[in-house]
Amino acid sequence: MNQDLIRTIQEKFPAQVTGTHAFRGDSTVTVRREALREVAGYLRDELGFEFLMDLTAVDYPEREDRFEMVYHFYSFKTNLRLRLKAPVNGKEPLIASLTPLWGAANWFEREAYDMFGIKFEGHPDLRRILMYDTFEGHPLRKDYPLKKRQPRIVHRE
Amino acid sequence: METKTINSIPKTWEMEDLGNGRMVLNMGPSHPAMHGIVRILLTVEGERVVDSDVEIGYLHRGFEKTCENVTYNQVIPYTDRLNYVSPFINNVGFALAIEKLMDIETPERCKYLRVIMSELGRLEDHLTCIGANAMEQGAFTVYFYLINAREFLYQLTDSVAGGRVTPAYARVGGVTGDLPPDFKAKTAEVFRKVRKNLGDADKLLTRNRIFFDRMRGTGAISKRDAISMSFTGPVLRACGVPYDVRKATPYLVYDRFDFDIPVGDNGDNYDRYLVRMEEIKQSMRIVEQALAQIPEGPIRHADFNVILPAKEEVYGNIEALMAHFKLTYEGIKPTAGEIYQAVEGGNGELGYYVVSDGSGKPYRVRVRPPCFTLMAGLSKLINGGYIADIISTFGQINMIGGELER
Repeated sequence: MNQDLIRTIQEKFPAQVTGTHAFRGDSTVTVRREALREVAGYLRDELGFEFLMDLTAVDYPEREDRFEMVYHFYSFKTNLRLRLKAPVNGKEPLIASLTPLWGAANWFEREAYDMFGIKFEGHPDLRRILMYDTFEGHPLRKDYPLKKRQPRIVHRE
Repeated sequence: METKTINSIPKTWEMEDLGNGRMVLNMGPSHPAMHGIVRILLTVEGERVVDSDVEIGYLHRGFEKTCENVTYNQVIPYTDRLNYVSPFINNVGFALAIEKLMDIETPERCKYLRVIMSELGRLEDHLTCIGANAMEQGAFTVYFYLINAREFLYQLTDSVAGGRVTPAYARVGGVTGDLPPDFKAKTAEVFRKVRKNLGDADKLLTRNRIFFDRMRGTGAISKRDAISMSFTGPVLRACGVPYDVRKATPYLVYDRFDFDIPVGDNGDNYDRYLVRMEEIKQSMRIVEQALAQIPEGPIRHADFNVILPAKEEVYGNIEALMAHFKLTYEGIKPTAGEIYQAVEGGNGELGYYVVSDGSGKPYRVRVRPPCFTLMAGLSKLINGGYIADIISTFGQINMIGGELER
């Protein structure tokens, strides 16, 4: 089942899929950053993945493309799950927003921006969500010190 | 006073008159109906909500960052504090995630224990949600009936796990304790009381004119929008989508029980309420079946490189002593890889995405909190309605700050 799914996506986007693996029953497909929205749209419209269950990022400072966006899709129709990954460069972290396809992407992407500093092209309202506006840095980056302290939000007059 | 405009919504700390018959109101962050601290900026025209902006983050504690710096089992007590109304589900979800990563299975009895405790957690969660929601709408009596029922359940879970709100019950590869000898009889007694209180609440609420009018048709969302917003749990099921992780991708031993997934039609607050009321009954059914089926046997994984060996082993067996030392100092070391494990939380799909680099600490732990997407959709639910409807909608969203903001 998982292998079929991975093969379908590979055959549809031979040039865009850079890697796949199935580990402990989870299927993963890695695509080029530029192809993200196209592949995600195909998953939603053609393969029936109507739920964007989760959207997050992982920081790998030693890699050339430092960040990895991780999307978890679920299809209620076929009861399948799929993980889609896309590498994002660390110098100018930018990737297409999935807000035109899923409303849920709005807050998920705001959180990824807040925690990792990744910008989403086409996001209608990209601002911090968990941290406050004057907070400096992005706490889930590996180089953000665990015990760093910052002044709390400024008290209003 | 600092005023700045973000996304056409003025961001101000004080009431502001926009001049065209509209004004900006702050609901929260400190508001009796805001369950903790959430701020909703409302643009209102009279009593109508024209636009709204939900601001969260007041309870952010850096859960995910902390997890990257402790061993796997040290994460368990932190998971208690995600959804602190149903902590068992969080514990079990995390333990299952790591077990999937390590490709191990726990003994049968342990699986049943996890199911029983998870369902008791769900009962506590739903009872709190309905009780608090009713209280905020003036039905204070119902609150006491349901919170009383929850109290009995807390005493029950306390007798197993030794904790009410923060039990830290699950471990990777097992659970901390077995059932006390009189647990079956006690559960039957507690369920009798819960059913009585629930029946009383049902009589007071379900066909109550005031309650009905405030719930029916308010905070409604279509099936299509709910899916687009990735809603899960009772709020999605109230729209008519029978998605429940326990049925769709059964984990533990959920496939061995006979239980129903209640669904609504209208996707409004009243249907959410009905779905939760029915789920309480279904959860009790599951617990009763589990208690009837539960086999005797070990409650921990046999391999003591996974979970701490018994004390007699530690003092009598050099291998166990070494395992004890290594587990305490270095923790378990799952193979490098990544997994996503979903369980059905009180509010919907609770997912753990864990990346391991093969060391004793997780490289990345991501929690997919069920009420995050619900809160993201809150504006959609309240725009166009009355200010008073926000109370019923927000109550049925069942926002839990701990899991929302981590």
